[in-house]
Amino acid sequence: MLNSIIYSIKQAFIQGGRNRAMSLASIFSITAMLLILSVFFILMVNMNVAVESAKQDYETIQIYLLDETTQEETEKILDAIAAMPEVDDIYYLSKDDALAQWKADWGDSAYLLDSLPANPLPNALVVSVGELADADAVVEQAQQYSGVEDIMYYRETVEKLVKVTNSLQIAAIVIMVFLVVVSIVVVSNTIKLTVMARSHEISIMKYVGATNWFIRGPFLVEGIIIGLISAAISVVLSAFIYSRVIAVVGQDIFLMMGIPMVPVSFLVFNLVFIFVALGVSIGACGSIISMRRFLDT
Amino acid sequence: MIEFKNVTKRYRSSKGLNVGLEDVSIKINKGDFVFLVGPSGAGKSTFIKLIMKEIEADSGSIKVNGMEITNLSNRLIPKLRRSTGIVFQDFRLLPKKTVFENVAFAMEMVHMSRRAIRRQVPQVLSLVGISDKAHKYPDELSGGEQQRVAIARAIVNSPTVLIADEPTGNLDQETAWEIMRLLEQINLRGTTIVMVTHAHDIVDKMGKRVVAIDKGRVVRDDVGMYSDGSETPEHQGMYQGGVFGYYAK
Repeated sequence: MLNSIIYSIKQAFIQGGRNRAMSLASIFSITAMLLILSVFFILMVNMNVAVESAKQDYETIQIYLLDETTQEETEKILDAIAAMPEVDDIYYLSKDDALAQWKADWGDSAYLLDSLPANPLPNALVVSVGELADADAVVEQAQQYSGVEDIMYYRETVEKLVKVTNSLQIAAIVIMVFLVVVSIVVVSNTIKLTVMARSHEISIMKYVGATNWFIRGPFLVEGIIIGLISAAISVVLSAFIYSRVIAVVGQDIFLMMGIPMVPVSFLVFNLVFIFVALGVSIGACGSIISMRRFLDT
Repeated sequence: MIEFKNVTKRYRSSKGLNVGLEDVSIKINKGDFVFLVGPSGAGKSTFIKLIMKEIEADSGSIKVNGMEITNLSNRLIPKLRRSTGIVFQDFRLLPKKTVFENVAFAMEMVHMSRRAIRRQVPQVLSLVGISDKAHKYPDELSGGEQQRVAIARAIVNSPTVLIADEPTGNLDQETAWEIMRLLEQINLRGTTIVMVTHAHDIVDKMGKRVVAIDKGRVVRDDVGMYSDGSETPEHQGMYQGGVFGYYAK
């Protein structure tokens, strides 16, 4: 068993070396596929994070209070709404706290906010509801009070956002599956050329009683190695490109637009797993498919 | 031991079914030396392919070393092939491997240890008489020497049956005889030999069992000469120049 594995690995390197051009061609193709995949993956992950954070922001109902509203009246509204069964959580956010939070969010760029002549933000009550559908009742209730200036809530927006991201995710998955299938075809064709170049040797192997798995072994290992090399190149390249994108565009700009960016470290961590798994399975499937015809008998 | 019972094999073609073998029953005992003769397309190759289980019989029973192989699972085919060595007219050596490596290859394929390989390969090379060529490549050898390497490869795993598919077809007369003497020597060690050939003079001089196949049927099975005079004139004509004359044409 161990002997066969060592034999397979040794042969795989010899074979891959003999067909250097073809091996390189496969590595290039799979790397290209994986890079396209990683673009989709990065977009999807970032979109998810953006949607999640948007959902968190918009799932709350913000009841803006008139500056004239007294503390007494504010407490009355707060108690009344807090008593509603639909409400999970409610808290008072003063205009000063809100500005401080805004500044904190902007980080290094917070100095831009210093030029504001006065705090433009209103005092607010921030209400969280368990279900988005319950928001309507809360809004209705809050509208009854005279101290309320405005009510911000985004039920429709959030619902639309969720719908759009769902369909985008399905589209991304379809494209990814397509790319994986194409990669398998590319690898299997490459390995088929290697197999055909060695069909003479394979027929002798069969005549002297080598088992199919023993014959397949080196080709399988060759496919897996090609997959692994491609995965490594793709991870390094996409991490590099992504970090350049963040550096050039600047994390601040995304922050200001309210879109958080997924950090490079998180991305690399995930891509390593996904690409290694994909690379290995693409390589293995490709080689098994290419061998099928040669191992009929 | 090889036993065919009512074996039929037909090939599908555009013109319908072509006969490969038709209701063939034959028994080859352990240690036999059998010549398989007959015109091209008579069914000799079908016979060999059936023994190696490269193709499936349509009906009938085939036993090799007591094992019924007609319904043998794919998993057991390698085991069958390890008990049957095969030699071809065109040698089929691996050109990028040395003589030693070509023979060692057959042992590697069946997971033999390095030590066993180092011990057995020189033994078998000396048996076939090419010890001094161990580190040469096939294209540095004569045809006869290449066939010896092929024979060494076929017998290194000690098969009980050695199948030789026109092993002398590409060799001159003298070399052909050397190969025949080698095969006879291997036969004397107990290995069953089934040899397909067109070589009249070899069959006649060896005086072994001759199985003649024509149009898929066994037409003769006895000890002696290549032909008993009953063949069609067409075949007679084919053999007139002797084997080498035939190939010269």
